[in-house]
Order: sequence, then structure tokens, then C-alpha cells
Amino acid sequence: MLEIKNLHARIASTGTEIIRGLNLTVEAGEVAAIMGPNGSGKSTLSYVLAGRDDYEVTEGDVLYNGQSILEMDPAERAAAGIFLAFQYPMEIPGVATMEFLKVALNAQRKARGEEPLKIPEFLKHVKEAAGSLEMDVAMLKRPLNVGFSGGEKKRAEILQMKLLQPQFCVLDETDSGLDIDALKIVADGVNALRAPDRAFLVITHYQRLLEHIVPDTVHVLYRGQVIKSGGKELAHELEANGYAGIIEEAA
Amino acid sequence: MNMHAAPQRTQAETALIEAFGERLSELPGDGAVMVKRDDAIEAIKDGLPTRRAEAWHYTDLRRLLAVVPPYDQTANPKPLTPVVEGSAVLPVLNGVVHGKAPSVGGVAFQTLSEKLIDGSLAPALDPRDADDAVSFLNTAFVSDGWFVDIAADAKADAPIEVQNVQAGGQVHARFAVRAGAGAKATIVERQSGSGAALSTSVSNLLVGEDADIVWLIVQDQPETTTHLAQFNAELGKNSRLTLFVMNAGGKLVRQEVRVKVAGEGSDFQLRGVNLLAGDTHCDVTMVLDHAAPNTGSRELIRNVVTDKARGVFQGRINVYQQAQKTDAKMACNTLLLSDDAEFSTKPELEIFADDVQCGHGATVTEIDRNHLFYLMARGIDEKTARGLLVKAFVASVIEELEDEPLVDALEARLDGWFAEHG
Repeated sequence: MLEIKNLHARIASTGTEIIRGLNLTVEAGEVAAIMGPNGSGKSTLSYVLAGRDDYEVTEGDVLYNGQSILEMDPAERAAAGIFLAFQYPMEIPGVATMEFLKVALNAQRKARGEEPLKIPEFLKHVKEAAGSLEMDVAMLKRPLNVGFSGGEKKRAEILQMKLLQPQFCVLDETDSGLDIDALKIVADGVNALRAPDRAFLVITHYQRLLEHIVPDTVHVLYRGQVIKSGGKELAHELEANGYAGIIEEAA
Repeated sequence: MNMHAAPQRTQAETALIEAFGERLSELPGDGAVMVKRDDAIEAIKDGLPTRRAEAWHYTDLRRLLAVVPPYDQTANPKPLTPVVEGSAVLPVLNGVVHGKAPSVGGVAFQTLSEKLIDGSLAPALDPRDADDAVSFLNTAFVSDGWFVDIAADAKADAPIEVQNVQAGGQVHARFAVRAGAGAKATIVERQSGSGAALSTSVSNLLVGEDADIVWLIVQDQPETTTHLAQFNAELGKNSRLTLFVMNAGGKLVRQEVRVKVAGEGSDFQLRGVNLLAGDTHCDVTMVLDHAAPNTGSRELIRNVVTDKARGVFQGRINVYQQAQKTDAKMACNTLLLSDDAEFSTKPELEIFADDVQCGHGATVTEIDRNHLFYLMARGIDEKTARGLLVKAFVASVIEELEDEPLVDALEARLDGWFAEHG
């Protein structure tokens, strides 16, 4: 489903290279975890996949269902089914959450040539999704993410994922800022979306999240490259021994 | 005005002086009114104000008013659909009132041509000062308008909408509203049209004791029209005035707001939304006098400026010596959407009382790229995402009106503007 080939990317304003020849393939139905120490390029990878223009791809390619996405803007990528659950979701005063959800959902439907959802049907979807994540619908009457706690913001991200039903989901440190109960709810929300035609890239610093969202593959990112790949047992090894051994091994 | 030896007249000044000669015999008014008209045109003969006049520093009228079209007798604009459905509509079309006033309980209407003819309007035609060019132009040429007299304790259910509508040429209208003690009403002032016109309009409002008035100015002239307007109000004891100004059009626009918070315990609220696009210039200039103790005011202006548009907000708050416990706050926030857009803000406080709370602030920002990325990452295309963010910037000011039909109507206009210029 996703194929990253020899990807090089740098910060557009400073020219600092962050991703340095990254190769990774994620198949349909797969949950791939990306782990790595701070500064290894995890968040940059998520932004590059989503199309943030603060980063510049200088070499390599990203193929999604066989097509390069590098020329697509973030909205086009989202409409094609790529979803990024942000590590730090934006607070946007003045934009009502409900309005935002409706516009986003209908924008994606339109891009796929589908009719906009009727209001009652839309509300039903929102209520169901909010209920499953134990979110208070009253919260959605507030401006987007404004005054939400860290945990509420993360739940809101998963709510959006449930509504938009993307094909390829990138979860950027979704566990940060969550207590254990919230972590379980969020993980259940993600697990419920696991499907043969959907893939996940779960970016995390700790193994904790991967106890709840059990990955098929684990990839260690270091200095902008995948230096080791393995099964879920690799995450346990990292938890027990840290990154140092693997980094040495790769060097 | 410019009292020095006038340089050679501009094309616009010459056209105004000639137009006065041609129009004089057609304009209504008794002897007293005619004296005011003469004085006004004499002031124009001395020259339109330039940037050397402090009040016109950012809007050099002499330079910017390039062309003055002649009055067009054949111009035939139609009344506008009111901003809020069910409003009592009082149109002035091509400078003249047609038809009868609607019937509203507790409210009496009279045309201003009658009050010009009987001379009762003459005292209201005096300029504020030597730089009062909007008043001079309007006084010289004003042809008609409405006087709205709201009886004490009358509560108007539906808004009263006055309209100054042009279809090219020149229009010069006036509106006068007297709100009796304890009266409550919403007035909508429409400044609109379809031609390349010179439009002037002056509104005077007297707010009686304990009265509560909401006044909306909705200006959406075409990008070929010069619109020069003035709003004057005086507030009685414990009264309340909320003035909402929306500018969403015009080639050269000056909207002056002059409010005297004269009665103890009274409160003035100004909310402004200026949507500026194209190669246009829009200036909102406010002079606010706090003249009595225990009064409050808050002014909040939000501007969205794109293309090559230029905007100005001058806000001056004068607190008189006796106006102790005045609480006044002014803010002006601008969102610039293009490299060539410009906005100038000049806040001024002049305070003679020693126990007051006064403050002002101004910001100029661009669209937050992080916000834009977040919205686009959910599949919202760039244009729509920008529109959402820009709307969010100004919609909060509109929502403060807390009057659902008004808020809905104004947000619909906002959407219309964004559809055209976003």
C-alpha cells in the first residue's frame, strides 16, 4: 500500500537534512510501528507523508497504491485516503468543531465523487463515533480543539479518523499525554478500524502503546534511516535494552 | 479645510463646484438651509482636505477623489431586499424618497426633504470643524432622507432599515433618528448601489435616557464608487448604543463615527468588520467623547485585507475631566492576505480625568500556516481552508451581536464576500 524508496527530506527554511535515505514498505492490512530515539526523524516522516510544505523532499519517492504522492498537496493526499493523527493537534479559535467535521467529511466525499452527507446522517455518524470514544458530544460544539485537554485532543483525532475512514493512517505519538484509561480507549478505537484494506503507521517513542495496538512489524528509525526491522518482539527488545545496542549494531 | 492659498483646483473639485451650480435650483431647502449649502460649497472651493489635515492623514481626499460623476437624473435604482427579513424598509433611491413610509407602532417617519423645505433641519447641517469634508459635501448636495422618531418606551419588534441606493451619478442622503427615553430598536443603514457613483450619507442619532439601540451600517458599494459617510450619535443617561459597521465594497470609502457618551452611566459598543479587496481604499475614523462619569465603551475592529487594498482605522477616545470611572477599551486586528495589502491603525487616547481605565491594542497578522496545514490534512482544499480561517477571524465579532437573525444575515454576507474574493 505504501512504499517509501530512498527518501531524503530536509527542512525547507534551513536546508537541514532530517530523512536520509529511508526505505519502508507497508502492506494493506498491516500495522507497522516506527520507533526511535528523539530526533531520529519520526515526526518529520509523518509530516512528509502528510505533505507539510515546511519540508522538502530532495531525493527518492513515496508511492501510495503505486502512485507517487509527492506532487499532491495535503488536501489531495487526505482525499486519497492518507490520514495523519497529529502529535499536537491545532487549536483553531472561531472554527466550530462540528462545522469543521462536516466540511472535512464532505470535502473528501466530493473529491471521491460522492454526494455530501445529509445533516441527520452526519450527526448520527458523529454521535456513534463520539460514543465509542467516550467523548461528550457537547465538547464538539466548542471551537476546534480549543480548551480541550491533551487527552481530549488525541481522542478528537481518533474521532476524525473514524469519521473519515482513511485507508492509510499515520499516528504520530498518539500515546503522548494520555493516561492509561484514555490510552485504552484510543487504542480500542484504532483496533476497531483495523481491516484488510487499511494500513497503519504507528509512530511512538515507547513500547507502551504497542501493548494495546499490537503491530505486525516494528522498524527502528535512527538519523533518518530505518536501521532495523522486525516483528513485534523487536519492540520488547528495545524496551528492555534501549536503542544503544541496535544503533551500535547498525554502525 | 485647507485655508492657505488654494493651489489649482483638481478635476474633482471643479466638478463639485459646477455640479452645485447646476443642482442648486433642484435642491430642497428654505433660506436657512440655502445659507448652509452656500457655506459648505465655499469650504469645498478652498480645497478638499489633504494628508496635511490630521484627520485625513491616511486618506488624502484631494488626491484620492479623482473623478466626480455628474448627477444622473435617469438613474433608477430599486429598493434592496432588507438584511433581515420582515424589516420596515425606508429607501432613498437616487437621492429621493419614493412612496410612503411603512407603519410601525410607536414610530413616526418623516422625509428629510420636508425638513429641508421647512428649515427645521438647518441646525443639523453645521460642520463639526474646518476639516469636516464629509459634512460639507453632504450639506451642499443633500436632497432627501428619513427622520425616524421612536416614541418613549416604544419597542420596535422588527428592525427598521433605511437605504441609500445609487445606480450611478451622485447620491447625497441623510438619516436622523431620535430614540425616546426607554425606547428599544434595531436600525439597519444600507449603503449600496450598482453604478460608479459619488455617494455621501450622514446619520444623526439621539439616544434618550435608558434607551437601547442597535445600529448596523452595511456598506457594499461597487468597486467603482466613492462613498463618504458620517455617523453621529449622542447618548443619554444610562442608555446603550451598539454600533456595528460592515464595509464590504467601494473604491474609496470613508466612514466617520462620532459618538458622544454624554449621559452618566451610558455605554457605547463599536464592532467593525472591514473586508477589503481589489484596488480600493477604506477608512474608518472614530472620535469618541466620554463626557460623563461612569460610562463605558469597547471598540473592536477586525479587518481582512487582500489584493492591493488599503485600510485605515483611526480611533480617538477623549475622556473629559468630569468623566471619572470611564472604562474604555479599543482594539484593532488585521489579517493581511496578500503582499500588497496594507492597513494603517492610529489609536489615540486623550484623558483629562484621573480615575479611569483606558486601553488600546492593535495587531497585524497573516493566516497561521499551522492552522492551514491542519485543515488541509483533513482533505479541505486550500481555498476552502483559507476561507474557514478568515471567516473565523471576523465571525466572532459578528457573533457578539447575540441576535440570531442579525448574526445569520451578516454571516451570509460574509460568505458572499468570501465566495467572490476568497
